[in-house]
Amino acid sequence: MIESLILSLTVFALAMFVGHSVITKVPPTLHTPLMSGTNAISGIVIVGALVAAGMTDSALSQGLATAAVVLATINVVGGFLVTDKMLRMFRRRERPDRAK
Amino acid sequence: MSDQDYVNLINGSYVVAAVLFIVGLMLLRTPATARYGNRLAALAMLIAAGVTLLDRNIIEFEFIIGGVIVGSVIGVVLARTVKMTAMPQMVAVFNAFGGGASALLAGSEFIRLANAGEVREDVAATIMLATAIGALTLTGSLVAAGKLMGWVTQNPIIFPLRNVVSALIGVLIVAIGVILVVDPIDNQLAFAALAGLALLLGVLLVTPIGGADMPVVVALFNSYSGLAGAATGFALENNILIIAGALVGASGLILTRIMTRAMNRSLANVMFGGFGASGTEVADVDGEVRPYRSVQPQDAALMLGYAGSVIFVPGYGLAVAQAQHELRTLADMLQARGVDVKYAIHPVAGRMPGHMNVLLAEADVPYDQLYDLDHINRDFDQADVALVVGANDVVNPAARDREGSPIYGMPILNADHAKSVIVLKRSMASGFAGIDNDLFYLDRTSMLFGDAKKSVASLVSEIEDL
Repeated sequence: MIESLILSLTVFALAMFVGHSVITKVPPTLHTPLMSGTNAISGIVIVGALVAAGMTDSALSQGLATAAVVLATINVVGGFLVTDKMLRMFRRRERPDRAK
Repeated sequence: MSDQDYVNLINGSYVVAAVLFIVGLMLLRTPATARYGNRLAALAMLIAAGVTLLDRNIIEFEFIIGGVIVGSVIGVVLARTVKMTAMPQMVAVFNAFGGGASALLAGSEFIRLANAGEVREDVAATIMLATAIGALTLTGSLVAAGKLMGWVTQNPIIFPLRNVVSALIGVLIVAIGVILVVDPIDNQLAFAALAGLALLLGVLLVTPIGGADMPVVVALFNSYSGLAGAATGFALENNILIIAGALVGASGLILTRIMTRAMNRSLANVMFGGFGASGTEVADVDGEVRPYRSVQPQDAALMLGYAGSVIFVPGYGLAVAQAQHELRTLADMLQARGVDVKYAIHPVAGRMPGHMNVLLAEADVPYDQLYDLDHINRDFDQADVALVVGANDVVNPAARDREGSPIYGMPILNADHAKSVIVLKRSMASGFAGIDNDLFYLDRTSMLFGDAKKSVASLVSEIEDL
């Protein structure tokens, strides 16, 4: 048991460092899309929830997992869509009336 | 394929997904590549979730399909209908769902393992962690969203010993968690108690925090929703959950730190300080009426129209008045006259990190005109006019000069360094921090009173006539 826990902790620690170095390069202009985009990414628990919702060992367990699928899907679908909606609005200065 | 082949395929696809998540976040480095990055992350999610369905443990698909359909419909409707001004509460609600999903999944896993009669201690411990963090993120974020929407009072709800009560509940949660790790079998009631106490704790932690501090709370729970996912990943020994959860956790922590720095507060002070209720040093230069100069739109238009460079300083008052489009029209007209126009964005200009930038982007302001604190402050020394619209505390020189002021030390935009300053404001009333703003009384400051939208519109029509 200790081996697998240490392996998990290793992955976690390294991912935190990667996250830190990647996120600090995101400019303040994009901090709101960053938050909604990471919202969507935290919906990754859907992969665990999908499996648990497909197992029939216990009705209660399956029910909780199905609720988790619903919430995680909202996060994933809503999060990526709303982030895309925002990022679509970010435009460079290149309109013809400004060229002169 | 053998069962092991399926396991290898699933785990291999998780590696691909992890890489794509990281590359996607890397592409958020510039607005030009950000949209592609977001789509890459979405693709990663699709791969991870899609391949997971090959898992041989899945026996029936009814609940999966039903759950995904219900969640997708709600997600699409939320994303389609949300207004950009409502993004903070939207993100808060998503944080709540993220935390809730982790807690539910951890609970599902605990019950399944306990029924099977085999819960390893480390698995039980991480399940308790995921449940506690997830549950308090769920209710805490919902309270934060309620405050942002005005459904829950914006004012801090303070009761005596609240921090002691919260601490006791925290201790109780840990104690029940330890009991469940030692004796997980047939202990569902204790597990429900742990989850319930964590739900209660989330409410107790956020209700005492004032509405103006919600940006910090939302960023913090953004982090927690990720960490809850990572904890669930520990319990399931699933690396993609751990990696994605850690990325989100790191992101939320960084944003929390940026926001607390921009407010010159510590996280502990935001969470446990009961700001605005302490009643300290609100009265500044009381009683004394100081002279200030008010100006008519035509005079302000002259200053702007014949300036070489102008810096706009938008605050949340701009968004409240819905004057972003008018401001962009003003910028267009000034630029057509050859005036250099920049926007100076303070980190707390909106209601969440980067919020003002989104609101301006929605009004079609090009992002390369938006400058953050570090990149604009020196430009104020050369600027002919600083136009302050609906901002107050973030341009208060007291933060820089007046030791003992409640906002002393808070990083501000040096609007007072511009050759002249025009402040668009309803009245001389003070800002959120309740302190007088020295900027308004400078010789080179002109106050243009009125609703921000009407004031900017009148500036536009005056400049048309120049």
